[in-house]
Amino acid sequence: MRAITYAAPTTVGDAVRILREYGAGARILAGGTDLIVQVRENARDVDVMVDAKGIEELTAVEIAADGSLTLGAAVPCYQIADDAAIIAAFRGLIDAAGIIGGTAIQGRASIGGNLCNSGPAADSIPALIVHGATANVAGPDGTRAVAVEDFCTGPGTNVLATGELLVSLTIPATAPNSGAHYLRFTPRNEMDIAVVGVGAQVTLDGDTIVSARIALGAVAPTPLYVPEAGEDLAGQPATEASYEAAAVAAQNAATPITDMRGTADFRKHLVAVLTKRALRGAVERAKGGTVNGR
Amino acid sequence: MVAELVSDKTLVSTTINGEPVEFMCEPRESLLEILRDTLRLTGSKEGCNNGNCGACSVILDGRLVNSCCVLAIEIAGSAVTTIEGLATTDGLHPVQEAFLEGAALQCGICTPGFIVATKALLDKNPNPTETEIRYWLAGNLCRCTGYDKIVRAVQQAAARTEK
Repeated sequence: MRAITYAAPTTVGDAVRILREYGAGARILAGGTDLIVQVRENARDVDVMVDAKGIEELTAVEIAADGSLTLGAAVPCYQIADDAAIIAAFRGLIDAAGIIGGTAIQGRASIGGNLCNSGPAADSIPALIVHGATANVAGPDGTRAVAVEDFCTGPGTNVLATGELLVSLTIPATAPNSGAHYLRFTPRNEMDIAVVGVGAQVTLDGDTIVSARIALGAVAPTPLYVPEAGEDLAGQPATEASYEAAAVAAQNAATPITDMRGTADFRKHLVAVLTKRALRGAVERAKGGTVNGR
Repeated sequence: MVAELVSDKTLVSTTINGEPVEFMCEPRESLLEILRDTLRLTGSKEGCNNGNCGACSVILDGRLVNSCCVLAIEIAGSAVTTIEGLATTDGLHPVQEAFLEGAALQCGICTPGFIVATKALLDKNPNPTETEIRYWLAGNLCRCTGYDKIVRAVQQAAARTEK
């Protein structure tokens, strides 16, 4: 690896100061499973790695009295995948945290890092979007909140300006009779990158869908929120016919490319299949049932 | 933790296999490089050097990680267990014995990583199902034997550890 400078600030203010001073050549180091490999393979120009794991706000996990979750940006996946309170309330996120890489990757890789790496196929981002997550950003001019669906701007790029870092993610409380599910298609069950990923969230009133959110991965330059697919479902019964209509809306929003993982046509096909499966899983959980044992 | 910017070789104090260890490293050096090239703990292997193969698996503060994806400077004050830390003066670790007896290896390059990953699994879940074993070890690649003998060795080690 090229020579780098390392810093481990203990406050957000110090991290901002270093990021601002060193500009585009400075980058936050959380789990390092993307960043260290990218720098080693000369895929990112980084001179300064700012280790964020000594900053309290980036390592805290807190469920507030109102049921909302604030997840520090550097919290590793394994830590939330084992957290009973998060498993109970935020299962779409847990679905994603358990399939990012394998065990050793999950020992270090963070949800915040997955968002900031901003890969179009990142598993956690569609899950965060359907959970309605907000990114809490700090920078030289103070703090701001960005909806996760507005965070990524292209493959590997996002809204963070020079001097800014992601501090945490806030996910609103899960409403009663709600459920979320994220799943993906991969040739291997583990240690693979999504050919397509789909997240769905629903809130039910009996067998009627009150509201729904659908988000897609690996079918656009960024993870893609498809509001129209959710809006079409509002007021509809939780039936296959409704899921089919949402699947068509999701398919219409997808603009996939052909690459080594799949053709554009195959990805379009997968969007429909996975949207229906994600909705079935979300509805099952909203009714108190389980998917994959949780 | 290092509060200020570090660009030059720096002293890191840590614990490896239960012993206090100090080493000098550049910020760019990975934990795997320091283990192998500086500390001469060559049991951890470099396979892919990008987090896919698991040959460099170590246990860092109780969790399984790829040492190629950790900067050595990050482990100041941490506790690391490598493959060299498993056997004692009384003999091999039960996981090592089970791999040996079950011939769960061929060329052996992946084996230290599998054994360290298995130890981390059994520390957390002493009686895993076959599915749990296969998912846990999905980040460890073997290009020789296939995985059945490895899975059976893990089951054998679990059965012995349970007793």
